[in-house]
Amino acid sequence: MGFVHRRRRGAELFLLVLALAVGVGGYAAVGLGVEGEVPPDIIGYGGWLAALMVGAHVVVRLVAPYADPVLLPVVAALNGLGLAVIHRLDLADGASFARQQLTWMTVGVILFVGTLLILRDHRILARFTYTAGLLAIVLLLLPLVPGLGLIINGARIWISVGPFSFQPGEVAKVLLVIAFAGYLVQHRDALALAGRRVLFVDLPRGRDLGPIVAMWLISLGILVFQKDLGSSLLFFGLFLLMLYVATERPGWIIVGALMFLGGATMAYRLFGHVRVRVDTWLHPFEYYNGPAGENSYQLVEGLFGFAYGGLIGRGFGDGDPTRVPYAESDFIMAAIGEELGLTGVIAVLLLYGVLVERALRTALISRDGFGKLMATGLAAIFALQIFVVVGGVTRLIPLTGLTTSFLSYGGSSLVASWVIVALLLRISDQARRPVPELEPVDEDAAAAESTQVIKVAR
Amino acid sequence: MNKPIRTVSIFFLLLFLALMATATNNGFVQSSSRNDRPENRRVKEAAYSSQRGAILVGRTPIAESDKVDDEYKYLRSYTSPFLYAPVTGYFSFGSSTGIESSQNQVLSGDDPRLFIGSLIDLLGNKPPSGGSVQLTLDPDAQRAAFDGLAALGDDVEGSVVAIEPSTGKILAMVSLPTFDPNNLATHDFGARDETYQRLLQDDSEPLVNRAIQKRLFPGSTFKIVTAAAALESGQYDGPDDIVPGGPTFQLPQTTGDSGLVDNEGRDCPTDGLTLRKAMEQSCNTTFAQLAIDVGSEEMLRQAEKFGFNSDYLEDLDGQVRSAFPAELTPPEVGQAGFGQFEVQATPLQMAMVAGAIANDGVVMRPYIVDEVQQADFDAQQTEPEELSRAISEDTARTLTEVLVSTVDEGTAEPAQIDGVEVAGKTGTAQRGVAGAAPYGWFVSFAPAGDADVAVAVMIEDAPGQEIAGGRLGGPIAKAVMEAILQ
Repeated sequence: MGFVHRRRRGAELFLLVLALAVGVGGYAAVGLGVEGEVPPDIIGYGGWLAALMVGAHVVVRLVAPYADPVLLPVVAALNGLGLAVIHRLDLADGASFARQQLTWMTVGVILFVGTLLILRDHRILARFTYTAGLLAIVLLLLPLVPGLGLIINGARIWISVGPFSFQPGEVAKVLLVIAFAGYLVQHRDALALAGRRVLFVDLPRGRDLGPIVAMWLISLGILVFQKDLGSSLLFFGLFLLMLYVATERPGWIIVGALMFLGGATMAYRLFGHVRVRVDTWLHPFEYYNGPAGENSYQLVEGLFGFAYGGLIGRGFGDGDPTRVPYAESDFIMAAIGEELGLTGVIAVLLLYGVLVERALRTALISRDGFGKLMATGLAAIFALQIFVVVGGVTRLIPLTGLTTSFLSYGGSSLVASWVIVALLLRISDQARRPVPELEPVDEDAAAAESTQVIKVAR
Repeated sequence: MNKPIRTVSIFFLLLFLALMATATNNGFVQSSSRNDRPENRRVKEAAYSSQRGAILVGRTPIAESDKVDDEYKYLRSYTSPFLYAPVTGYFSFGSSTGIESSQNQVLSGDDPRLFIGSLIDLLGNKPPSGGSVQLTLDPDAQRAAFDGLAALGDDVEGSVVAIEPSTGKILAMVSLPTFDPNNLATHDFGARDETYQRLLQDDSEPLVNRAIQKRLFPGSTFKIVTAAAALESGQYDGPDDIVPGGPTFQLPQTTGDSGLVDNEGRDCPTDGLTLRKAMEQSCNTTFAQLAIDVGSEEMLRQAEKFGFNSDYLEDLDGQVRSAFPAELTPPEVGQAGFGQFEVQATPLQMAMVAGAIANDGVVMRPYIVDEVQQADFDAQQTEPEELSRAISEDTARTLTEVLVSTVDEGTAEPAQIDGVEVAGKTGTAQRGVAGAAPYGWFVSFAPAGDADVAVAVMIEDAPGQEIAGGRLGGPIAKAVMEAILQ
């Protein structure tokens, strides 16, 4: 008998209590800071959050007892903090985003539970490799269908169904990871072994370039037709990383990076909206409110928010985060930076870091290639998404719109993120579960069985 | 597949480290420079909508923040606006002057000295509030100075400064014309801009604090400095030493009327007279010759010891330097000796000259912020500071005696106070423009032996009045001194 992982469900429960303290404490702090009193509905609100978390925990205990104990508390803390910050912005704006976000969180947790209950083994998903891929492409194309697609803030990534609007790209992300993982597990040998060596780098064969070229074209298509820089970057980066992990060949990264650079340069030359993003990134203060226009207004207000927050922040209610347009969605990090300070920002980044680290650890210990690839892909979704959006808001890279998983307002993203966590827990449960013991075989009996003497009548 | 997964982990680690580094740059490294950017309305609005501390004279607030029901929450209001406007300045959206500007750190509560108080506010979950600034001004002296100057007419332009010689405390600081800072602090920005433009374009410069921001020829009051230089040179050492005189004096290297100094009919005998007499009669011919004897270099040194050509006022912004030029030719030094040519002084500077003589020759750094206070915590008192020793104690004693005679017997008679020994000197400075009225000056201190107050009065323009330093300035100086001595 080798090493067996402990279940650690008690640890998960303890961490969940801490996460709830973040969520409920944040809500109370918002009430105290903005209105000078603890919100009267704190019991109902806290009770609801606690019920969701305890429910999720019980289901994990029952159907995925060996799953990683840290993932659920981390996302619970992030989601709770996000709700508190959105609630604070609501109080300033008179909006009710927090209430809707809580509803979406409930839907997310229900889907989380559903995923864990229905999907008892993640390897089943490998059967749906091409179905998932096709479905993802259909979902990505949906916003381009006339009458169904919506253009919001210049990006054509929404569809409206009755009273609801939805970003199909968020679901497509998950499906793409499944499709990539399934495809790469089947074809990794061909992709890895064929090719020639140029200057110490193994370059892939020309005919194997097919899938990467296809993915590159899809990413460019998203950029051109949907004007969604962030998703385009995310999908291509995701594919590239999974390809590298599957083949273990850095040559793919080099080819991919060159293609990305080519595509980015081309996009900068050809498209005005890409050029604007780069210019405002390089010279934000010139495009703030001067003669050159106000294209960087949002970015610079966000930067001023970070500056105003300083090390420890102004505290809930004492900043002015609603100056930043879309502070509750893409720019929620600016609101956190202003009212909770650099301390709050670093804390949130560390939570995301832990989330990604636990996901990659799951990939490392997973026993099957499909699980490894899927976990890596899901970790990459979080890591790349956080890097792209937080990097954009803090002016590390040009600003591109993406949601900050779990924190920022947006139903599609929140629901998809909860499903991702369910998938990670499932893979992790499979990976940490003890290897099933084989029945001991009675060798004599077996030997006797194999050499039975048959008498032949004469 | 584990090796590439580990590589990917390290790659993600680097991404997160880059994010944290950028966040640190935004929230810490660049924090204060971005807060100070002129286009950053967030910080300006926050500053504008916070409860600033009060500016106090005695126990009375002369500027405070009143709670109002609009988006900026607090409105700055000034009681006695015209009386104190040159000192308090105004606090407007995005701009401020005077104490409002120079003491902004304290008033807004950001000053490190208020750290403990701010911390207690933070822990007590109270909104942060600013500290108060207690001024050194004496309300009675300020009122006496203002009323005296204002009585000269509606369009008077001038200034009065009084200081406490032994400490440098500014006891009165008046400048006319003045303005109503309430009209600039208003939340009605349209009306504010209109008022501001009108004040800015007004030729009488109501926004200028003449006490520290306007330098003019000091005229005969500068003879005190010339006499100090002559005494310090060692050529004379008592009030009754004989100095050169004469009804007229032709400046060296000149011919004709332009280089001819006269005494406007005052009695200055050709064969010399005592220093006491020369000051009493304000003999231009005497002080031109004394300055030439002392020389350009020594005159400059003496003037600079009194504070000319330097910045010394630290707690109020915008002090201009009083000027005494270097490397003057003999005829220029001669003119400089009675406060003409390019010699220019602010009223505060002339009060400091008088104060130095009253303080046994030591110039104290002038200051106007007496105390920084916050709610219930210990006040931080400003410590008086010696700026320089301008003259020896002997010279100070001699000059005091001479200036007392000038009040008792000479041109400075209007400043006489019953039962108190007053030292003083008048000044009437030509503008150097033909036909234009002169500037009137008056400096004095009292009681002469151990002075509690030194005053400088400057009258730049008083339409309808014949300007002569003694006649107009003397009574104002007297009223201010009486307000302090009572």
